[in-house]
Amino acid sequence: MTDFATFASSRTARLVGRGLLVVLIAFPVIWVLFIANGTSFGSAVSDPKDFLITLLNGLTAAALYFVVASGFTLIFGLMRVVNMAHGAFFLFGGYIALKVQRGQVGEGGSFGLSSSQVGLFQWVLPLIAGAAAVAGLGLLMQQLFIRWNQGQELRQALITIAVSIIMADQMLAHFGGVAQDIAWPGTFDKFVNLHVAGVQYTLTRLVIAGIGLAIGLGLWLWLKKTRTGMVIRAGVDDRAMVSAMGINIQLTFAIAFLVGSALAGVGGVIGGSFASLAPGVDANWLLNSLVVVIIGGMGSLGGAAIGALLLGLTTNFAAAYLPADYTFYSIIFTFVLLAIVLAVRPLGLYGRPA
Amino acid sequence: MSARRPTASLDRGTAAVLVAIAILAPLIFNTYWIGTLLTQMLFLGIVAASLIFLSAYGGMVSLAQVALYGIAGFAIGNLTTNGNTKGLNLGWTPLAAIPVALAITIGLGLLFGALSSRSVGIYFLMITLTFSVIANLFFGQVTSLSGFGGISGIPAPGFIGNVDHHPDRLYYLALVLALLVYALLRYIARTPFGLTLQGIRDDPVRMSSLGYNVTLHRTLAFGFASFIAAIGGVLFAYWNGHIDPATIGLGATIDVLVVAVIGGLSRLEGAWLGALVFVLINNYAQRIGFVSDRFHTLIGVVFLVIVLLSPDGLMGLWGRLGDLRRRGERPGQAPTGGSERGSGELEPTV
Repeated sequence: MTDFATFASSRTARLVGRGLLVVLIAFPVIWVLFIANGTSFGSAVSDPKDFLITLLNGLTAAALYFVVASGFTLIFGLMRVVNMAHGAFFLFGGYIALKVQRGQVGEGGSFGLSSSQVGLFQWVLPLIAGAAAVAGLGLLMQQLFIRWNQGQELRQALITIAVSIIMADQMLAHFGGVAQDIAWPGTFDKFVNLHVAGVQYTLTRLVIAGIGLAIGLGLWLWLKKTRTGMVIRAGVDDRAMVSAMGINIQLTFAIAFLVGSALAGVGGVIGGSFASLAPGVDANWLLNSLVVVIIGGMGSLGGAAIGALLLGLTTNFAAAYLPADYTFYSIIFTFVLLAIVLAVRPLGLYGRPA
Repeated sequence: MSARRPTASLDRGTAAVLVAIAILAPLIFNTYWIGTLLTQMLFLGIVAASLIFLSAYGGMVSLAQVALYGIAGFAIGNLTTNGNTKGLNLGWTPLAAIPVALAITIGLGLLFGALSSRSVGIYFLMITLTFSVIANLFFGQVTSLSGFGGISGIPAPGFIGNVDHHPDRLYYLALVLALLVYALLRYIARTPFGLTLQGIRDDPVRMSSLGYNVTLHRTLAFGFASFIAAIGGVLFAYWNGHIDPATIGLGATIDVLVVAVIGGLSRLEGAWLGALVFVLINNYAQRIGFVSDRFHTLIGVVFLVIVLLSPDGLMGLWGRLGDLRRRGERPGQAPTGGSERGSGELEPTV
């Protein structure tokens, strides 16, 4: 045991570790750029068009990961509450938007509504409704159950798990087990010519990226430039001190929970338009949020952005650039990404000790 | 918070009566109870015990136990089935497959442990949860090992025979293993390794400065708990004869957490008590009119109420009742049980 410990902290071991890390990062990059044998696209040098599309897919997926995970990390950073119901909130926001949209436009055909039937307002109003409903629900959960268990992190996490069990079962009862999706407005649902390598790219994904950027910028301005944001940043560092300064920290907690939950709802509406809403989607999005914040560092907005980028690029490139017989294994790359980050920085890239 | 000690709160008489009932159960209960409810209670209890062991003695609440249990089950399935199903269909004899399945699970458990054991508390919970969801997606996507349909027709070893015809054989095997697991976990807790682990739970910084390798002890404890979870997984594979990714999905992960929390996260006995309550709710709640198909909502509500009211679970309630009884017998004497200190606190030591 002692020999092992001595070895693990020795200089040689560190060098070996660094070397391994460089190989693990460099090999996939070289593979995608120059080799890519047996994949459906071939290497990036020989097929820049599909490389560019995969890159854009990764970036736009990252935007959606960021929207959802930023809410998660905002709540955690300030209150140390791990909201395990974040995935259920995502799904709930999507379902509310779906119902509002169907209420406005009608049920549509057997495959639901098509984008030509939906105007911009008939997507934006459901978006606002979904976000507002989830924000209210999150605030309710925080006030009823979380607030008086301050400081008991595990108990709070268990409470949110209980809420997620109940929500998942109730959503199955009310919205059914069949996958449904929210229709994009006709305005978005088309291809645009990017004039680079002849890529025709879908506008909806660019809209997602735009929303992700806008939300990121908005959150950054809110946290850096406003009084509430300053209180939140101070609270992340020292809650007791902020409270002692006469600031109503409970109000700040409520605001953070409201905004964090609303972001899960916004993510759910985008996710429900981009993919679909079904039982089990909540688990996937809880996983995505957890991976993003574990990689980036809990409670850090910049970390969430980096984590979302890494996860989005990894999943999309793994799915596209594994040899065709092995594409099923792409999920392993999520694990490898997580493993590398945890091995190098156990608290995540931008994580700080509590 | 660091004073929480796992205590044996069942006195010997109660324990002897419970074991006697368990041994005589096939004479008392009908086949449905033995083959479905009680066997399920025993192997679910084993998995939950691996979670409670890590939580009570190591201060680590792991959500990866169901993934490890599933990995053992999928390994058994791939090794022993012979054609006509998904997976590798290697067609080994069941007994030869058991050590290999356990070894694979322990190996992966050590890897998971090495990656997560530098984190504590809520971080550890989150990291192990991601392992669990990734394992579920892995078996769902990798069709050469399972795919969504899963592996069917997993044969049990010859001495168990057909589980449907001889439910009591698998029941007794599960009972013996559950008792062994319980005894082993209690024994490990008293070895130097177990004592060091409890020291690390209470004060990792001090243990580290005393020269103990904190991360290594946590990793080894995780590897050991994955061995326990794997036993439960092998039993599950024989009991169900079929395993698919839904078996280890987020729902199943949370189910085992619910079992452990209902029983009590700080007492090993709670694993089987929680499992019994869970299995009964799972099987009988549907017969209650207003519950019918929404028994998961009922489980969620029960879970929520227990977390809010008694963080030590039912074993915590039992301990507090015991304290009340003792106080009644000897008036004026303050309760000395460990449960008093534990009540209201659920935090693993950070």
